[in-house]
Amino acid sequence: MDPVSTASLEVSGLAFAYPDGHQALFGVDFSIARGERVALLGPNGAGKTTLVLHLNGILTGGAGTVTVAGLEVGKRHMAEVRRRVGIVFQDPDDQLFMPTVREDVAFGPAAAGLRGPELEERVDRALGLVGMAEFKDRPPHHLSFGQRRRVAVATVLAMEPEILVLDEPSSNLDPASRRELADILRSLDVTVLMVTHDLPYALELCPRSLILSDGVIAADGATAGLLADDALMRAHRLELPYGFDPRSVPATPGRP
Amino acid sequence: MGAGHAHKLYRHGHSPVHALPPHTKLTAVFAFVLVVVSTPREAMWAFAVYAVLLALVAYAARVPAGFLLKRLLIEVPFVAFAVLLPFVAEGERVGVLGLSLSVNGLWGAWNVLAKGTLGVAASVLLASTTELRDLLMGLQRLRLPPLLVQIASFMVRYGDVITDEMRRMRIARESRGFEARGVRHWGVLAKSAGALFIRSYERGERVHLAMLSRGYAGSMPVIDEAAASRAQWSYALALPCAALVVCLLGWTL
Amino acid sequence: MHAPDGFINAPVSAAVGVVAAAAVAVSLRGARRELGSERAAPLAGLVAAFIFAVQMLNFPVAAGTSGHLLGGALAAILVGPYTGILCVSVVLLMQAVLFADGGLTALGVNITDMAIVTTVVAYALFRGLVKVLPRTRRSVTAASFVAALVSVPASAAVFTLVYAIGGTADVSIGKVATAMVGVHVLIGLGEAVITALTVGAVVAVRPDLVYGARGLGQRLKLRVNGELVDAPDTGQTGEPVPAAARSRRKVWAAGLVTSLLLAGFVSFYASANPDGLEKVATDHGIDEKAEEHAAAGSPFADYGVEDVDDARLSGGLAGVIGVGVTVVAGTGVFWLVRRRRGAETADTAAPSGTSV
Repeated sequence: MDPVSTASLEVSGLAFAYPDGHQALFGVDFSIARGERVALLGPNGAGKTTLVLHLNGILTGGAGTVTVAGLEVGKRHMAEVRRRVGIVFQDPDDQLFMPTVREDVAFGPAAAGLRGPELEERVDRALGLVGMAEFKDRPPHHLSFGQRRRVAVATVLAMEPEILVLDEPSSNLDPASRRELADILRSLDVTVLMVTHDLPYALELCPRSLILSDGVIAADGATAGLLADDALMRAHRLELPYGFDPRSVPATPGRP
Repeated sequence: MGAGHAHKLYRHGHSPVHALPPHTKLTAVFAFVLVVVSTPREAMWAFAVYAVLLALVAYAARVPAGFLLKRLLIEVPFVAFAVLLPFVAEGERVGVLGLSLSVNGLWGAWNVLAKGTLGVAASVLLASTTELRDLLMGLQRLRLPPLLVQIASFMVRYGDVITDEMRRMRIARESRGFEARGVRHWGVLAKSAGALFIRSYERGERVHLAMLSRGYAGSMPVIDEAAASRAQWSYALALPCAALVVCLLGWTL
Repeated sequence: MHAPDGFINAPVSAAVGVVAAAAVAVSLRGARRELGSERAAPLAGLVAAFIFAVQMLNFPVAAGTSGHLLGGALAAILVGPYTGILCVSVVLLMQAVLFADGGLTALGVNITDMAIVTTVVAYALFRGLVKVLPRTRRSVTAASFVAALVSVPASAAVFTLVYAIGGTADVSIGKVATAMVGVHVLIGLGEAVITALTVGAVVAVRPDLVYGARGLGQRLKLRVNGELVDAPDTGQTGEPVPAAARSRRKVWAAGLVTSLLLAGFVSFYASANPDGLEKVATDHGIDEKAEEHAAAGSPFADYGVEDVDDARLSGGLAGVIGVGVTVVAGTGVFWLVRRRRGAETADTAAPSGTSV
């Protein structure tokens, strides 16, 4: 039992509008404790990606605050914030921009100042966590999509983040890769926020879910409970896959 | 013009040439080609010696002759120019097989063919024994501006990605019955090119975001530093030094 | 065509290499300004990858032959001249080093000829035309067409010039020039069509991504209480004051006219002395050795081209080269003047581009 003093992530009153006038967030409030795995659900256009981009300060200029492990996201601590918040984007090709896997994974820690054998050690450890150690010297386009996804996760893990934010981690993955990724995420000792449309995946990995709809948090509770609430699901354009009954799935073991 | 021959030349191997630090190889090959280009064309024997030198390097690098010769086909366009030269050059003419050819043109053709071919062979040997990433590291080590090397690095990384997107666009076009057969179809192709530009640019913006998210602050972090020992430099520079001797002999003899 | 090793002799290759290196160094700084120094690397890299890919796109002409885009003009118009130079240079560098396409010692020549000349000539022409023509999308397309059309023979002309100074075979420069420039006018037509259509396609969807078209976007209008009102200026559309824009247009128009007059004068001078040219040609002799030709000085020294039998061709050739050079020079002068005047506004411009 860890004495949780500060929340991993605290979002308070977050509102944001794009320069063209379109307002995407209308006051978002939620808090995630250390070690939690939380899913962020919601229909397309709800503002999920906009919210995610606020978590490491890529988008700024709106109202409200974002705090990561006690550190407020803002110009003053940007480098440290970006070390603590590890975002895995949807397209691994955007994230694997170096000529080899090793350099991609090394990029984050090297940018933070690590060099030499410590850097190598960090790279090896991160690649080991995702099971991609033998692909260290390969160029990214020689890897399959699932493998690239895993390396993308490694690039972020190498920075030893406080919270891992994943944008649609299971999209475009075949069932075996999906399971491999799920195993990896379960084995990690890090707070996880997962933006996803894949409701069974959310149920499998995240005991708690938030529903973001029309730029506000519409629901916050146990994933099983939310998915079983048909009226709620329908109200926010969330639909379960054919034949899937959330009530038939046993409760997620391990940490809440 | 600029059709782009995208055949990757690297051949995996463990020869002593493969093991040399990339910046030594880049320097050696560049110096060698410079020496070749500076050699007087009349010293035909010199070019034979150069070919032998390159053959030795190929042997040391365990690059098969067939592979090397096949890659020499890339120079086909300027062979055509070389063949044309004896017909269009000025100067005294000589009769060869019933055709009146310019002596100067024949020399010019020999010059272009010999030097061009040796240049291509040297480049092929370089590219086939040095991995892409190492080539970029080598260029950076040789004091090429870091921004330029970064741009080259991204270009190489995403060249295949964008080419793939282009291929998928072509498949989509053809699946809808479009076949580009003449100039009148260029509008559609250009629209694809335009869309490809927008996608590429937007991807560049997303890559930038990904870099920011991992702590990028304007300059690429230093990940590797490769140094070369004296022995390695001597081994690499053996080629251009031998060539230099030949060149000087070519000028004086 | 990528020149191989041995085409141009060693000293000239080295000299042109130095010129190319200097131009690339300048472009590195310029690209940081065009793209924003933080984003320069990934954006330029992706654009370079785009150029690399699009050079492989087949544009069928007829019966199995197809044309290809070189992309210098396209790059300059879409991302600006400095970034354009960088991107095409990087493509050429990688092609030489990775694919043995183009000689390593000929890199200087290839970069100067295919990356620098095409982008600079195309951009200068494009901006000049766009300032003078009405502010519509069609003007952008038309300006792209002309810019790309001239850029290709201009690069051929520069290549011929380099060949005249340092070529290793004794072909009459006149013949080389007319052949090269002639063929490249045709190639330029293809390049012009493709460039214009592609720029048009981008402008139709994301006009904000076309560097050359900044300041030409439609002002955003909002309907407020039934009336159309200008949206507050976010600083992203450049030139906010119509009056200033109009007077700048006058400057540009004057500049272009002056350049054309200068070019015309140059051509007139060239063709006004056909006897002089013939005399020069016979003096130097068509049948003299290559070393003497090279030593006789630049073929442009007499504003004609030595060794061309047909005086009209010589004059015309000089005219083409002259127009190219003076357009660039003249526009360059006006650029410098404008930049100095606009220096204060440039510093406060929005990050999406400077108000050049």
